Amino acid sequence: MADPASNRPTLALHVPEPKSRPGDPVDFSEIHIPEAGAQSRPDEGVKPEEMKDFAYDLVRVLGDDNKAHGPWDPKLEPETLRTMLGHMAMVRAFDERMFRGQRQGKTSFYMKCTGEEATSVAASMALASDDMVFPSYRQQGILIVRGYPLIEMINQIYSNAGDKLKGRQLPIMYSSREHSFFSISGNLATQTPQAVGWAMASAIKGDSRIAATWVGEGSTAEGDFHSACTFASVYNAPVILNVINNQWAISSFSGFAGAERTTFAARALGYGIAGLRVDGNDALACFAAQQWAANRARANQGPTLIEYFTYRAEGHSTSDDPSGYRSAQEREEWPLGDPVMRLKNHLIALGEWDEDRQQAMDLACAEEVKATTKQAEKNGILGHGLHHPFHTMFEDVFEELPWHLEEQAAQATRERQIKWPDQHPKDFAGKGSGQ
Amino acid sequence: MSTSVEAATKDTSTVSGRRINMIEAINEALDTMLARDPDVIVMGEDVGYFGGVFRCTAGLQEKHGKTRVFDTPISECGIIGVAVGMGAYGLRPVPEIQFADYIYPGIDQLISEAARLRYRSATEYIAPMTVRSPFGGGIFGGQTHSQSPESMFTHVSGLKTVIPSTPYDAKGLLISAIEDNDPVIFFEPKRIYNGPFTGFYDKPVEPWKKHDASEVPEGYYKIPLGKARTVQEGEALTVLAYGTMVHVAEAVAKEKGVDADILDLRTLVPLDIEAIEASVKKTGRCLIVHEATRTSGFGAELSALVTERCFYHLEAPVERVTGFDTPYPHSLEWAYFPGPVRIGEAMDKILSE
Repeated sequence: MADPASNRPTLALHVPEPKSRPGDPVDFSEIHIPEAGAQSRPDEGVKPEEMKDFAYDLVRVLGDDNKAHGPWDPKLEPETLRTMLGHMAMVRAFDERMFRGQRQGKTSFYMKCTGEEATSVAASMALASDDMVFPSYRQQGILIVRGYPLIEMINQIYSNAGDKLKGRQLPIMYSSREHSFFSISGNLATQTPQAVGWAMASAIKGDSRIAATWVGEGSTAEGDFHSACTFASVYNAPVILNVINNQWAISSFSGFAGAERTTFAARALGYGIAGLRVDGNDALACFAAQQWAANRARANQGPTLIEYFTYRAEGHSTSDDPSGYRSAQEREEWPLGDPVMRLKNHLIALGEWDEDRQQAMDLACAEEVKATTKQAEKNGILGHGLHHPFHTMFEDVFEELPWHLEEQAAQATRERQIKWPDQHPKDFAGKGSGQ
Repeated sequence: MSTSVEAATKDTSTVSGRRINMIEAINEALDTMLARDPDVIVMGEDVGYFGGVFRCTAGLQEKHGKTRVFDTPISECGIIGVAVGMGAYGLRPVPEIQFADYIYPGIDQLISEAARLRYRSATEYIAPMTVRSPFGGGIFGGQTHSQSPESMFTHVSGLKTVIPSTPYDAKGLLISAIEDNDPVIFFEPKRIYNGPFTGFYDKPVEPWKKHDASEVPEGYYKIPLGKARTVQEGEALTVLAYGTMVHVAEAVAKEKGVDADILDLRTLVPLDIEAIEASVKKTGRCLIVHEATRTSGFGAELSALVTERCFYHLEAPVERVTGFDTPYPHSLEWAYFPGPVRIGEAMDKILSE
């Protein structure tokens, strides 16, 4: 009997490869960029199946002429646009300073969002301040928009005595219940079903607040994201699923999350969720899309998945060097430009802004961050001294300290007394300040 | 049931003398809490209209409404994930994972999220959820409906693990778990849902109605987490067990005429270390019994604790009786199960030292 495999073709595994690597020329000609204003704006109550084209199109408002076009133009007041630009400028100034702080050894880690500012700043400005957000790790813009004090952010980044999270979390993993900002996890996409659950709870209680979550395109490969989509769809949850497609997940290009085959907005179609694909470097489009989805959710019309097509202009974090895995030309030639520049140019085109004012604003942002950094440094920096009584290490694992953690805290106390007998009296319990 | 009644926090409960099984006790605990606390939500696969594959949620949707008790997609990751979000909102979700064997897709949401939320947010957010799940073998469930994965959860900082062994305890412990502000894994030994299985699989099983611990008050009462129950007092050796194995150990001691001090741990985290120490220091001998696989099982932790704390009182090495380190075999279930022969042999060995 013949070998049944003898007449069959040989199979070959496809392993995705980005179009350019370090030193290669960059060709973005395959990225289809429609004219700004060319996209229609459906009614917010539209059925998802009537929105299929939006999953493959690109909602754009700001044109090459720096003017706002088409039905997605949110028609914001110049004052609001200046506020938006100011928040984005502040995020950029903050990122610059904190990145440098990590290089100076003031903390262990930092993550910039350069090039993606609009996806958090403009988008979150379209939400109500008490709508609950479940961000990933690159949405510092939301905290800036919501008025979270810069010093709290820096205290957290330095894990110092002022850090409300008691030095427990990796830098930038903020949490602020007061600002309806959920505790950031380092595990990817876990926040997506949580946002859906929060939205379900809000609906169960007959509340009016909605939830929004942000996740990177790379993390949409996680099961959590698909669970989130299923639950959002099944219960028609008042939630917005924001996918930030910044092309890169550390060193893995978006092809490893499926981008060679389809768009991320198209994920919505299979779940029967409204899907939008948006120019993520167009602050007005980002605002408009989030506003559309928020209105839809608030009217009990269900969830929306929004893909923001953007570019991560810098490394993933302070721990990687992007010149080792991608072409430096990509940033220069990214066809959707820079979100801060585009919004600035729009305001200038409106006659509501000029280069001098921009320069002054950038300077003011840098000065404010610098001054706040100095203030935060008075609370200490990572690795220089004990900023929290170390007994806090054992607290909040449970609501009450069980016997086994009490015993382990006692062990930690003894260790300090052995190592620094002069500094610690016999009754030292590790609970006071300055220990 | 003297000890457990005394340990209970009496509230609005009334002792009626009526007897119910563990399924009914769990159903009553959920019913009681749904009625008392508008933030309690019950959800899971098949728990709504149908009332659960083991009937633990029967009638609850009809009574409390579709937004309080509802079915979910077959996605344990999603079930636990949305429960974390509901907890952040302020609800007190009680998700059911249909079988403990199915819990693994949800384990990241349990370990990295629910268990750490209070700590990582410095109390800004908590995860006051109780994850109910039938566990353990003895029902010919094969490798995917029989496992006892409790040690995977006791190993995680920030999770509490509770395992009842009687209808009375199941109701009182479940009410405590639901009211607890930390995430609780509540494993229900499904082999004893209907009766206190003694491990003598070739003998007829007694229904709960013949057992005193099936006398369950109506209404609200609590059994505190972290308190063991003395099943029977004895002088010859200590038996540490939980869930189904409490009844098996009790039956074996009775059959062999061993004067055993049997502790039902009820809660593995937090553990009632005082009760364990007191008993072992009294008897000087300790047998640990669990159905889960042996290596890195919770018995290893118990054995280490007893050795560390009671070493100079011990007159024999601590013994563990457990399931074997194989998947739960379908056809050879009773060869796997740590039954009377394995327990009896271990008792003989400890007592001969």
